[in-house]
Amino acid sequence: MSSFSILVGKLVRSASKLRGGGSALPGLVVEKIDPDFIRRTLADLPLGVAVVSGTNGKTTTTKMVVELLESQGLKVFTNRTGSNFTRGVAAALLGEVNLRGHLDADIAVLELDEAHAVHFVKLIRPRYSLLLNVLRDQLDRFGEIDKTTRLLETIARATTETVVLNREDPRVAGIAESLNGQRAVYFGLDASLRSTFPNDDEMRGSLAEALAATQQADVVLERVSEADADFLIDGQVRTSGLKLRGVYNIFNAAAALAFARTIKGDDLDSDALFEALANVEPAFGRGESLTVNGQPLELVLVKNPSGFRLGLKSFAAHGYSTMIAINDNYADGRDMSWLWDVDFESLAEGGVDVVSGVRAYDMALRLKYDDVPVRTIEPDITDGLKRFIKDSPGVPMRIFCTYTAMLAVRRELSKITKVEVVS
Amino acid sequence: MTEDRTIKILQLYPREMNIYGDWGNVLVLKQRLKWYGYTPVVEEYNAGDVFPTDVDIIVGGGGQDSGQVVIQQDLQQLAPTLQGLAEDGLPMLVICGLYQLFGRFFKTHEGALIPGIGILDMETHGGDVRLIGNVHSVSEEFGEIHGYENHSGQTFLGPGVKPLAEIRKGEGNNTKDSTEGARYKNVVASYLHGSLLPKNPAIADFLIEKAAERKFGSFSPVPRSEQDLADLSKLSEMARQHAGQRPR
Repeated sequence: MSSFSILVGKLVRSASKLRGGGSALPGLVVEKIDPDFIRRTLADLPLGVAVVSGTNGKTTTTKMVVELLESQGLKVFTNRTGSNFTRGVAAALLGEVNLRGHLDADIAVLELDEAHAVHFVKLIRPRYSLLLNVLRDQLDRFGEIDKTTRLLETIARATTETVVLNREDPRVAGIAESLNGQRAVYFGLDASLRSTFPNDDEMRGSLAEALAATQQADVVLERVSEADADFLIDGQVRTSGLKLRGVYNIFNAAAALAFARTIKGDDLDSDALFEALANVEPAFGRGESLTVNGQPLELVLVKNPSGFRLGLKSFAAHGYSTMIAINDNYADGRDMSWLWDVDFESLAEGGVDVVSGVRAYDMALRLKYDDVPVRTIEPDITDGLKRFIKDSPGVPMRIFCTYTAMLAVRRELSKITKVEVVS
Repeated sequence: MTEDRTIKILQLYPREMNIYGDWGNVLVLKQRLKWYGYTPVVEEYNAGDVFPTDVDIIVGGGGQDSGQVVIQQDLQQLAPTLQGLAEDGLPMLVICGLYQLFGRFFKTHEGALIPGIGILDMETHGGDVRLIGNVHSVSEEFGEIHGYENHSGQTFLGPGVKPLAEIRKGEGNNTKDSTEGARYKNVVASYLHGSLLPKNPAIADFLIEKAAERKFGSFSPVPRSEQDLADLSKLSEMARQHAGQRPR
C-alpha cells in the first residue's frame, strides 16, 4: 500500500477545495504518482463495483441507485460530484479512504461517462452494469451513435455477473446478443407509455419501427402522473410517490429499481426500497426547484433532442414563464443541429420570455420556425437571467438550459438565492 | 375555383437518414412556402415505398454508415427516376450521407466499393480521420454559408459539377482542396448540417423558386407580412454572425 500517494492526494484535495478548484485535480495527481490506486482500493469491496452508463440520466439514476442500496443497509461508495471520468473516481476515493488505503464500503456505485468507462472497465471489471440508453448526444465527440453503442457493449462484456438493460432502447436491448456469459436483466415500459419515450430512430414519426418488447422485464413502469407512478414487479403493481420530476427521471427510477434488485438479490426489503425511492431528490439541474422572489424556479437540463422533447412534455408550459439558454461549449456539444429535431409547438401559446446563451440566435430562429413568440433575445446569460426574473413577477419560472448554460445560471442564482454549489 | 399553389416536398429515407437535424431543412422549406402564400405538402419516402409522381422538391439527409447500407439497394432501384428528375431541373437538396450516394461511388476505408447513383460527377473515399466542426464557406450564388460538418468520407469533384462554395473555416469536401459541396442543374449538395437551410435561407429560397417556376411557370410570392419576413431575415443574419464567431 502506498500511503504516501494517498497522503499527497488528500493534501492536494483539501488544498484544491480551499481554492474552490476543480474536483478532478487531486485524482489527476494520484493517477500520476500511483496509477494502480483505484484498482487496488476497489478490489476488496464485498459486493464489488457497479457501473451506471448511457448517454442520458446517469447522474440522477446513480443517485437513486445509491439511495436505494443504502435503504437496504449497504454502505455505498459513489462519485457524487458528477465527475464521471476515471480521475474523478480517484478524486472521490481519496476523500473516503483512510491513510492505509482502506475504503469502508460494501459496494462502489459509479457513474461513468461512456467513453471513459471503456478505459475504466479494462482496469476494474464491474460485477454489475446498468446501461440506460443511447440517445444522440455529443455526436461531435463520438462521431456516430452506433459507435456509442459499441462503447456500452464493451462495458457489458467486461462485466462479470449481471448486465441490466433498457428493453425499450433497441440499441441497448441489442447488446444482449453480444454478451459473453453475463446474465441480462431488463427494465421496461408499459406499451401505453412507449410513445412518450421516443428513441432516436422513431423521433421523426415512424413509430411502427419500434421494436416489439419481447423480453420479460424485471421492472416495468406502468403509469406516470404528476405525483406518483406505478411499477410492475413480480406480477404486482406498486404505486410510489415521487419527488423526482420529468417522465424520463421516472423511467430511470425503473432502471434504478431493477439494478438495486439485481445487486441485493433475494433478501430485499421491498418496503424500505420504495420508501427510499419516494424520498429521492432530483440531482442538481435535473428538474430541481429553487425559490426566487417567493416563486418556484425550475431548472431543466437539456442536452439532446430526446431529452428536450421529454422535458417539454414533462413540464407543462401553462402558468409558467419560460427561458431557454443554449450554449455550444465543448461540454454542450458544438453542433446545433439537434435543436431542429425538437418540436417546440407546446410553447407556442405562452411564448418564450427570454432566449439566452451563446447560441441564443440559433434558438430564437428555431422557435420562429415553429411560430413560437419570443419576447427577449439576450445572449449574455447574466443579463438574460436578470431580465427573466424581472419580467416574471408573481409567476413560477422555468429555465431549459444546456450543461454549461446551467452552470452559468446556477452561478448567477447563487447570488440571490440558496443554491447548492457544485464545483 | 381557387388557384392551385401546392408544392410537394419529398423527404428521402427519413427513417434511416435523419440523424443530424435534417428535419430542419424540410421545416424551413415548409414554413417559407407558407409565408410566400404556397401550400406545402410534405411526404416521406422510405425503402420499399411507392415513389410518388408529383414531387416538386426532394430533400435528403445524413445517416450513419449502417443507415446507408440499409437504403443502398432501394436507392439503386430508384436511380433512373431520380436521375430523370434531376436532369429535368427538379430542385433537390442532399446533405452528407445522401450527398455521397448521389455521386459515382463511395470507396470505404476498408476498400469496399459502394456504388452511388451518379447524378453528381464526384467520388468519395473513406478516410481515417473524421472531419468535425463548424464550417464557414462562401458561394458566388448564395453568399456566405454557415454550418457544421461531421463526416469521414472525403469527396472529390469531377468536371461535370461545380463546388457549392469555397471553404473559409473547416474542411468541406476533403482535406486536399478548399471546395465544399456540389452544384449541378438545380441540385444543391453539401456536407453541412446545422441544419443548413435555417441559417442559409438563400438556398431555401432558391429551391422554392425553382420548384414554383418548374410547376407554375413563375415564382409569385404572396408575403404574409413584410415585417414578419424582415424580422426573420434579421434573426437568420444574427444567427449566422454568431455562428461565424464560434471556434471550429
